[in-house]
Amino acid sequence: MSGLLLHLRQNYGAVLAITIFVILFAVYLVLHPRGPTVYVMTTAGNTGAALAFVAMGQTLPVLTGGLDLSIGSILALCNALASEVVNGSPERVALGVVLVLLTGLACGLINGIVVVYGRIQPIIATLASGAVYTGLALLIRPIPGGEIDEALSEAMTYETFGVVPTSLLLIVAVVVLIWVPFKNSVLGRGVYAAGSSEVAAYMSGVQVDRSKLAAYALAGLFAAIGGLFLGFQTFSGDALIGVPYTLNSIAAVVIGGTSLYGGIGGVIGSIFGAYILRTINGVMFFAGAPPLAQPLFEGIILLGAVALAAMRVVRIRNRLEVMD
Amino acid sequence: MVRQVLSLQGPAAAVLKRVDRPVLVAFCFIVALIFAGSAYFPQVLTATYLLQQLQIASFLGVLATGAMLVILLGHIDLSIPWTFTGAAIVATALAGIEGTGPLALAAVPAGLAFGALVGLANGLGVAYLRAPSMIWTLGMNALILGISVFYTGGFAPTGAPTEFMRAASVGRAVLGIPNAIYVWVILGVTAVFILKLTPLGRYIYAIGNRETATYLSGVRTRLVLVFCFVWAGTCSAVGGMLLAGYANQAYQAMGDPYLLPTIAAVVLGGTHILGGRGTYSGTVMGVVLLTLLSSMLSVMQMQEAGRQIIYGGVIIVMLLVYGRGGKIQG
Repeated sequence: MSGLLLHLRQNYGAVLAITIFVILFAVYLVLHPRGPTVYVMTTAGNTGAALAFVAMGQTLPVLTGGLDLSIGSILALCNALASEVVNGSPERVALGVVLVLLTGLACGLINGIVVVYGRIQPIIATLASGAVYTGLALLIRPIPGGEIDEALSEAMTYETFGVVPTSLLLIVAVVVLIWVPFKNSVLGRGVYAAGSSEVAAYMSGVQVDRSKLAAYALAGLFAAIGGLFLGFQTFSGDALIGVPYTLNSIAAVVIGGTSLYGGIGGVIGSIFGAYILRTINGVMFFAGAPPLAQPLFEGIILLGAVALAAMRVVRIRNRLEVMD
Repeated sequence: MVRQVLSLQGPAAAVLKRVDRPVLVAFCFIVALIFAGSAYFPQVLTATYLLQQLQIASFLGVLATGAMLVILLGHIDLSIPWTFTGAAIVATALAGIEGTGPLALAAVPAGLAFGALVGLANGLGVAYLRAPSMIWTLGMNALILGISVFYTGGFAPTGAPTEFMRAASVGRAVLGIPNAIYVWVILGVTAVFILKLTPLGRYIYAIGNRETATYLSGVRTRLVLVFCFVWAGTCSAVGGMLLAGYANQAYQAMGDPYLLPTIAAVVLGGTHILGGRGTYSGTVMGVVLLTLLSSMLSVMQMQEAGRQIIYGGVIIVMLLVYGRGGKIQG
């Protein structure tokens, strides 16, 4: 089999997500009254960017066979913190951005430590740590408000060179500068190995602990970027903004072709998963669906996507293979 | 350590040995919480206060009774919030604005049927489509949310609970004990009966340990999965109708604050989140502990921020004490 075909087969889920996205986005552009202009592209890019970052983050723990249910809370904590520190003089703004990113990284690292060294199941450990992060976010910002540097916000949410939406450049930059090097590193390989078979990976001398720590820490960092970007869009902070992001990020990860059992997938699919979810909303809006029916369609589409993915059971002859 | 200390003593040790560690630790924590609370607020030690807490705990207890069976299988039900809300909306809608409409008699059965139906859909998806329960029940939750928003037009649902629902929730029929507690006890006894005394209960634990092995032993595992999800959906519906009776109305998203405490209560009670292990007495402890904790925090007039931090912190610390998994070994 040629290299390209093999690559496509191995990344079947992501390829499917990209195909669905392209079709959906084409429909969106046809329906949109202003058509494919730079303005429309920028808006579309901005709408999905925060969810895309969070979904990228969620992908890593899921790849290890775990889950991060605190990711929405980390996003909210970083968003709230950003509204306190990302303003004022340019030096202060730069320092603030670094502080926000480090906070996200630290939250993720704490999750990793509780999961790896505390040996508590990720789903319940991050459920609890999420409550703590929400509490911290409320301490920083009891009511929505604050201020985020306008010049930086506009730079990040408009276009670069007048044509390319900056949000998309930001996503590409994160993929190229963080994800690709990480995936190809020993740590990154360990993430996939841990998700495929933790015991086998451990027996082969893979540093499973370090890889898992890195996965959770990076999830926190990506959530922080998402929280920062939300701040750029609203110029303010809100401690409760993260609630829908946790579950939506899991949906985006699954739609993007990453297996919830770990070991298979990647962040590229998750980015498109996130944009699929957001584009569906846009398509329904311009197709004239009543706003009240929107949550209903979202539910139907999510269930439909999962059912479609589940159709592989029909092809499996041996019933034992679908168990466990 | 705890086990060694206990084994030193005589006949009392024999009893204590049969109680598993999570139940014991959670119980000690509850007692400590009550005494610490009573040091600041003497009214904590009164029967009125404790009964009132048990009444509030019964909503969570009913939900945890449903969730526990699903968690024992190694699955999870994230559709609790809107199954809960949906059943309350269905029941109050049938009861009418005064709670005495022509269809009022059908209110409770319809609510129960709604919960069972959602559970059936959950179970079929998980058992036959083999969709991961986490994402399948999440989708189901989103679907019910969509239906109720569409149906109610986004406004507060009209309708009131029937007299029966109100009585089941806040009435005190026997011995001055709130009826909601009896509802919890009935469901709890049923769950214990299923888990301890029927083959079905054995199958549930067995599937949680290894579904393939259970299937190869001749158990129709898919039916067991479907049963547990139907049971969980029904329990969620009971919880929703109890809260509707308590609050005298159904409202949008009334179930949302219950999802995390329900799962936390089951896990704090020693049920393994990956299935196969856990006792109902542990779940009861988990429910009482979380209810008392949030009650104490509100008595202390703690801000929401502090409450969240302490709530999450306590869960992590308690799990570090007894909920740790094993080391990876070859």
